[in-house]
Amino acid sequence: MKQVLVALVEDKPGVLNRIASLFRRRNFNIESIVAGHSETPGTSRITIATDEEEHLRRNIIRHNLLKLINVIDVVDVTDRPCVIREQALIKVRADGSIRGEVGDLVKIYRARIVDVSTASLIVEVTGEPDKIDSLIEVLTPFGVVEIMRTGKVAMIRGAINSSDQEEVIRWKNGNGRNHKQAKK
Amino acid sequence: MANSKRMLKGAEIVWECLVREGVETVFGYPGGAILPVYDALANYSDRIHHVLVRHEQGAAHMADGYSRASGKVGVAMATSGPGAVNLITGMATAMMDSSPMVCITGQVPTNVLGSDAFQETDITGATLPVTKHSYLVMEVDSLANVIREAFYIARTGRPGPVLIDIPKDVQNDVTEFEYPTDPIDLPGYHPPEQATDEEVAAVLELINGADRPLVLSGHGVLMSGARDALIAIIEKADIPVTTTLLGNDSLPHSHPLNLGMMGMHGNASANHAIQEADLIIACGMRFDDRVTGKLKTYSPNSRKIHIDIDASELNKNVRVDVAINADLATVLAQIKPGVKQRKRAEWLKTIQAWQDDATQRDVLQLESETLLGSQVIRSICDNIPDNALIVTDVGQHQMLEAQYYSHEQPHTLITSGGLGTMGFGFPAAIGASFHRADREIWAIVGDGGFQMTLHELATAVQEQANVKIAIINNGYLGMVRQWQQMFYNAHYAETPISSPDYMKLAEAYGVPGYRVDRREDIEPTLKGARRHKGPVMIEFVVEQHEMVYPMVPAGADLHKMIRRPHPEETNV
Ligand SMILES: Cc1ncc(C[n+]2csc(CCOP(=O)(O)OP(=O)(O)O)c2C)c(N)n1
Ligand SMILES: [Mg+2]
Repeated sequence: MKQVLVALVEDKPGVLNRIASLFRRRNFNIESIVAGHSETPGTSRITIATDEEEHLRRNIIRHNLLKLINVIDVVDVTDRPCVIREQALIKVRADGSIRGEVGDLVKIYRARIVDVSTASLIVEVTGEPDKIDSLIEVLTPFGVVEIMRTGKVAMIRGAINSSDQEEVIRWKNGNGRNHKQAKK
Repeated sequence: MANSKRMLKGAEIVWECLVREGVETVFGYPGGAILPVYDALANYSDRIHHVLVRHEQGAAHMADGYSRASGKVGVAMATSGPGAVNLITGMATAMMDSSPMVCITGQVPTNVLGSDAFQETDITGATLPVTKHSYLVMEVDSLANVIREAFYIARTGRPGPVLIDIPKDVQNDVTEFEYPTDPIDLPGYHPPEQATDEEVAAVLELINGADRPLVLSGHGVLMSGARDALIAIIEKADIPVTTTLLGNDSLPHSHPLNLGMMGMHGNASANHAIQEADLIIACGMRFDDRVTGKLKTYSPNSRKIHIDIDASELNKNVRVDVAINADLATVLAQIKPGVKQRKRAEWLKTIQAWQDDATQRDVLQLESETLLGSQVIRSICDNIPDNALIVTDVGQHQMLEAQYYSHEQPHTLITSGGLGTMGFGFPAAIGASFHRADREIWAIVGDGGFQMTLHELATAVQEQANVKIAIINNGYLGMVRQWQQMFYNAHYAETPISSPDYMKLAEAYGVPGYRVDRREDIEPTLKGARRHKGPVMIEFVVEQHEMVYPMVPAGADLHKMIRRPHPEETNV
């Protein structure tokens, strides 16, 4: 499984640049990064997807992010129950004759047609990344003109906040879970 | 100092804040975009001494050297564009060696920011990878708090350089100045403190159960002030210790449990001990490739404990059994009571055999016709007090210093470890001299590295910095020549290097100069040089083809060292 991190960061100029620069210089790979305001004024929440598979390397990525002064907290949600969603806009070449056919497919995926022109239409879809991949696949034979994907956003299920402040402090004081025996 | 509200310019706020941070010395160089700050200096020059360097790289290395000598935050200052860019080598050096430093740069005014204005460089962008944190101050109201945060970040946790970039209009803007007194609030910055009970228990179980334990002592032992606690633990449990380059002075060299330096040019006994140990206790070090050799075969049969202030270092290079992210001194205090008193005679006997073998190969035992760098360094060690400070440059002489100089006291060595920055040693020594003018300071430099920053001689003379310069002149970029000899068929591409006539150079700058090329002249010359206050230059003309042994070739197994041949096999 791909790694998914949810970070809470201070809303200050250059924070996204610091994160991107960190990934580049540490030779980690960002698959997608999505940022937006969080529920707390002055902070943003960022979902970062990486292609790192290995547990210890994932941990290093997380701790490197935590080292950035403007990063308040980072949770690795990869192995936790969470909702992961992505949105995509897909422009399909479609004149009147096949619009119905496309419309049927789109319904199956709970997607929507949000724009229509004489020769094309735009499909909007939200869901797990796999579902989007699959919709793109079935639309490809019609002729896909353009794809715009947002990248993943993630949220832990249940009543807890992904960036619970007490947890944050505990982590940073070295009393978190992760420092336990790495190898038996 | 009264904390009444006053209307001050940004430039004045800079100095007000530096005074409040306890800064006594600033190393810098003026220019257009930092002029307001320099203009305001006059009102503060009774409290802060500004050292005019000859190149901004020197300012950064001096601030770093000052910081390493004093334990305080070093401060370097420069103008925008070329001035700021010249600081980068120094920031990168400080970053790698976790040295607390604040760099203050002028920037073009905010209304032209981003327009490629004259002398504009995006210095916060350019230094992102080589600073712990950085600020571009866009309004004067935030300036005081930024400076306070910068010092706090620089000196706490894993220390490092912090950059503050201040546009010229912000320096000129006036605001009501009130020094902030509320606690610093950085929601994303909480340096770790102590180990959990479970972690302590896990450590104790491993230590008390080990037959062949070994402590790896790094820079963190010194920075965290954990030296005494470490000594107490190793003496109680009879655990030998090997040090990193930056931890070279973390344990007295004469301590019977000290095996000396590990790694590429470490002692053979230390490297063998690492490979044979059944427990590695890594304290405040980061398993750099220069100390591990090939990771696959590194200390294959040991359990491992790693204690470090920086969580991102844990399990980065070497996988460990217990990783503790906390302050080292705190952790050692936590585990000390539970460490069992125990003798480990068998393990120490095994190590002793490796040490005896090394003694036989010692180059100091040999008769040599030419002067050897190792002899010079040993003589310096024998002739100056234990509390003298040695600052080295980078190369063979640096490794010889690590091998042949016996550091008995902590904080007696400053050297560029992680970045290996040639040109660091001399300016860093000048910077260190501003901590305590009465301290004896020796800059041990190579002929190559010294020529990279020797223009700072003028600074040393102007300030009468109490620095004795020992140039180990082998006519080569010696360390590179050694690699060429060993791995490139002795094809010495661009490593022979000429020098100016150092005696004339000394004369030109007005410092006493000495040249030594015979072994018997070393000691009298050192004695003579030590009588001078202020800068002195000694050129030691040494053997051109001296090799630093042992050597673990880059990426090789740690125990597969290239050793100096036994004396009966060959000569030197
Ligand atoms: C700024 C910089 N450039 C290049 C190097 C690569 N390098 C490492 S050691 C060395 C030779 C140093 O020569 P010298 O200062 O004469 O010291 P020696 O090894 O001869 O004692 C070189 C070129 C470096 N470490 N730093
Ligand atoms: Mg040389």
